[in-house]
Amino acid sequence: MTDIIETLPSMAKGSSESAEVISQADNTRQEFDVEISGTVGKPLIKNPKMSSRNCDVFYGEKQAIFNINLDIGENEIIAMIGPSGCGKSTYLRVLNRMNDTIPICRVTGEHTLDGEDIYGKDQDPVLLRARVGMVFQKPNPFPKSIYDNVAYGARLHGLASNRSELDDVVEASLIKAGLFKEVKDDLLKPGTGLSGGQQQRLCIARAIAVDPEVILMDEPTSALDPIATAIIEELMDELKEKYTIAVVTHSMQQAARVSQRTAYFHMGKLVEVNDTDKVFTNPEHQLTENYITGRFG
Amino acid sequence: MQLGQHISHRYGQNLEGIRNNVLTMGGLVESQADNAVKALLEGNAELAEEVATSDYKVNKMEVTIDEQCVQVIARNQPAAKDLRLVIAVVKVITDLERIGDEAEKIGRYSIKLAKKQAKNTMHTELTHLSQLVLSMLHDALDAFARMDTELAMKIIAKGDQINTEYNSVSRLLITHMMEDPRNIKDVLRVTWCARSLERIGDHSRNICEYVVYLVKGADIRHTNLDDVLADYFPGKDITS
Repeated sequence: MTDIIETLPSMAKGSSESAEVISQADNTRQEFDVEISGTVGKPLIKNPKMSSRNCDVFYGEKQAIFNINLDIGENEIIAMIGPSGCGKSTYLRVLNRMNDTIPICRVTGEHTLDGEDIYGKDQDPVLLRARVGMVFQKPNPFPKSIYDNVAYGARLHGLASNRSELDDVVEASLIKAGLFKEVKDDLLKPGTGLSGGQQQRLCIARAIAVDPEVILMDEPTSALDPIATAIIEELMDELKEKYTIAVVTHSMQQAARVSQRTAYFHMGKLVEVNDTDKVFTNPEHQLTENYITGRFG
Repeated sequence: MQLGQHISHRYGQNLEGIRNNVLTMGGLVESQADNAVKALLEGNAELAEEVATSDYKVNKMEVTIDEQCVQVIARNQPAAKDLRLVIAVVKVITDLERIGDEAEKIGRYSIKLAKKQAKNTMHTELTHLSQLVLSMLHDALDAFARMDTELAMKIIAKGDQINTEYNSVSRLLITHMMEDPRNIKDVLRVTWCARSLERIGDHSRNICEYVVYLVKGADIRHTNLDDVLADYFPGKDITS
């Protein structure tokens, strides 16, 4: 258990850094004339895996997210795009209660996973985060061996009863993350010794190892080179067969390449959600159009 | 929909440059077609010669604009309306180049026809058809320049007039052939001119379809005109 406590501060630190970015960005933001009333497109779908209704998020007095209603479908990759400080990362962290680690952060609204309230009183956030895994912008392997990085969650959640089962979980997760071939002879070497792209795939393997249902990715490739990025994107495409993926990205090309639906956030509001095919060729909302064509509002 | 300025100045300028070049190319093609028709109807061999030999300017512009489009795709990865602009441009200039080709053909036949001007007057049968086609081309270019989808739809709806006129001209020309088989060679030339004019009408129609694609994001090729009007121009009386 001490291990969790060790890792928590670093996660919380990452989160509060993002909170600072939000307030900075808001000060410098241009005001737009266009009014945002509700979300255009298709934010709601049939049989969603995860679902949010009337979601507001506050950092202290400051409201970061305004009334978001969004469904995330099973086995889909949904991309969340928008300028810095638009609330997309904040919203992503709502989905596995990562915002709980920020004391001043307050989340309202209804949020469900398979119809089950994830903010319910008897919901254990640690168990929730096993079902809704997360991969961060900077690869953050634990300062442990490659093997232990992947085995960590499985051990914690008691997913393996003996060493050989654990070996299987580790191997299967590394294979799914497309990393096994590269590291199979070095499983006991430290995870931090891998390259950036390999570390990120290690983090994905770690997330997969606890057999999650949803994987949240917060700019998973922004610290990686194009080849490592392509490998991760290819991996995402394979993973969506089994998991639901929500990815926040600053790269519109990445959103266009990997996702089935794209959500555009703007100043804490969800402006448009549509099929990616449509968003990048014929978006409905003017703000989406301005953002993806690189225009001033 | 009013769009803002591109954050990247150069990108905005490149797109604007492409658009301007298309307008220039359109002007060039239009004057080629005008001159071709003038040479045909007036039996002006000199002008016909000029039309028949100056197609290279249009061809060169097509290559230049194509290259500009490739560059902007490679460098800026345009999206949404910018992407549709680039794709529409690539298609519009293909049609413009073909209009240039048809004008060149009319020029070539007109050189031959002009020599026998005194004897034959069959080419005057094309007066009405050529007027229809030239105004269609003019309006199509206008619709592209002003991104005017309603004008574009009006022109598309007028396409039938050209077909009707082409068919009646064809019947007339067949009569000429039957009257005196010695005319066949020249009547065929006139028929080919009519055919070229009709093709220019088709290409103009295509340009209008790309204007609708560019502005509305809707691909209306090979679709029913009434459906398009109902879906994208509800409540507007465009075709009357």
